Amino acid sequence: MAVEHSDDAHPSIRNLSVRIVRRLSNSFALDAKFDATPGFTMLLGPSGGGKTTLLNCIAGLERPDAGRIVLNARVLFDSTSRIDVPASRRALGYVFQNLALFPHLTVEQNVEYGIVNLPARERRERMMTMLESFRISHLICRRPSEISGGERQRTALARALVTSPALLLLDEPLVALDAATKSKILDDLRIWNAAHEIPILYVTHSPAEAFTLGERVVVIESGRILADGTPNDVLASPRHETIAQVVGFENVFDATVRSIAESRGTMLCQLDGGATELEVPLGRAETGSRVRVAIRAGDIIVAAERPHGLSARNAFQGRVESVRREGVTVILMIESGARFEVHLTPGAFADLNLSAGKQIWLVIKTYSCNLVERRKDDSI
Amino acid sequence: MDWGAIFLTVRLAMVVCAILLVLGIPIASWLSFSRWRWKFFVESVVALPLVLPPTVLGFYVLVAMGSNSPLGRWYQSWSGHGLPFTFEGLVLASVIYSLPFAVQPMTAGFAQVDRNLINASSILGASRIRTFFRIVLPLSLGGVVTGIVLSFAHTLGEFGVVLMVGGNIPGVTRTVSIAIYDHVQALDYAGANRMALVLMAFSFVTLSITYALNRRVWAVWPLHR
Repeated sequence: MAVEHSDDAHPSIRNLSVRIVRRLSNSFALDAKFDATPGFTMLLGPSGGGKTTLLNCIAGLERPDAGRIVLNARVLFDSTSRIDVPASRRALGYVFQNLALFPHLTVEQNVEYGIVNLPARERRERMMTMLESFRISHLICRRPSEISGGERQRTALARALVTSPALLLLDEPLVALDAATKSKILDDLRIWNAAHEIPILYVTHSPAEAFTLGERVVVIESGRILADGTPNDVLASPRHETIAQVVGFENVFDATVRSIAESRGTMLCQLDGGATELEVPLGRAETGSRVRVAIRAGDIIVAAERPHGLSARNAFQGRVESVRREGVTVILMIESGARFEVHLTPGAFADLNLSAGKQIWLVIKTYSCNLVERRKDDSI
Repeated sequence: MDWGAIFLTVRLAMVVCAILLVLGIPIASWLSFSRWRWKFFVESVVALPLVLPPTVLGFYVLVAMGSNSPLGRWYQSWSGHGLPFTFEGLVLASVIYSLPFAVQPMTAGFAQVDRNLINASSILGASRIRTFFRIVLPLSLGGVVTGIVLSFAHTLGEFGVVLMVGGNIPGVTRTVSIAIYDHVQALDYAGANRMALVLMAFSFVTLSITYALNRRVWAVWPLHR
């Protein structure tokens, strides 16, 4: 394509643009509008929210009712001009949740599957490079049933990437793996993508995964996009209740690391806009660096008097600003240098005899404080 | 022992199987992958020989092949002789009669292949044909083998349709089951018994081989391109 040369002049050409509507039932439709640039874009949301449907539409496995999908200036789908490039011609990579490795073919045959049209020598070279990048060269003669879960994952990634796709779609690909295996595989994927720079759409329902891995996060629920931006933007976005629910953290604070206690595995952070200090788990940060701390409203304990004899490390005074009930949850807003949202059960609320204006103590366990790392390239 | 009848029967069954392999695989794959709303009509037509009495089927096949029908006339002008009471006529009738026995196990086999594998294959750039031969067929080999063996065994033993369409011409249309009937009519029970035993033993052996192969289909399948 002619546009290949002009990439530097028009960096925006190396991206994916999606504007689609797909009706799934009378009451539920996917209505998605977003762009993705090279790097990880995390699609975050609860199961059944339309994330997989979105990937299937982009891949050409499902047909949107209306809209337009453009990848690197190539129109893949356009309902008005009736363009619908078949899945086999879209030239993208897709790793399914169940990986879909061909069970009757060896690792080598699986990886080679998408490049059989290449001349034998080039095919061989590309496959070997790929197998090495994903550390599975020693497995070429094995079948998928004869290798471990992590190795199957690596094979599936290698099979998708060996075709040099212009876009990679990952549907909760690492959901069954332990954290260590997962991060090693992701490191290899990052290294690969540093050289190839394609957009990667990564579907997940885990907020922790979305906010630590992604350069961008798109929050999807009930077929709609609720938030779209850098992890920091999305976490700091207006407290739309559904976003908070999907994201899972009602309290998000910017903070500065004051001291690090490596031997105890903790750090002390001072929240912006006040003197409140929180002890949080040790993260990849230095004294003075900026971090973001996320806390679930249900993880915060309220005490009527100064607590003592507790294992929780964080206890500080605050004042109840407002009280409201939503269903079986009582929502308190508490001012204590920073504003905390706290969720209580009606029973606990009644026992504490709380009302607006009352002084109380907040108690937060160190491990209830989730550290969201900031990447260097994040604009703060 | 009527070796002519045995030889003829095996030849008929083999020709019918070869045709059903070529015909059955596309029909079965269409039946398992098509989303056409009227597909059930085609399914019913394919399954019809399962429930129809062989005489009914044989009667209509005979009428369709007769010199009054377009098919009969076309064949007559093309080959110089009519279809009824010939080996070719018998083949045609047997193909129709055994079609469900080939198509149904194949359809079931194709349908149980994980759709994600088929999707993965298309996303990797494979055409439908390549996906079929590299993914679907190897993974549903059990169904295809079962379909072919069942139609083979079924063709071996068919009686009513053969009698209606082929009659009883030694060396041309006189199959084992017709020969057994003749022996019984002639009160030659020993002869009937010998032929019947051969048919039963043969059917048993074929079925045993199928089930044994189905247990471990990979042992016999050439895996490489």
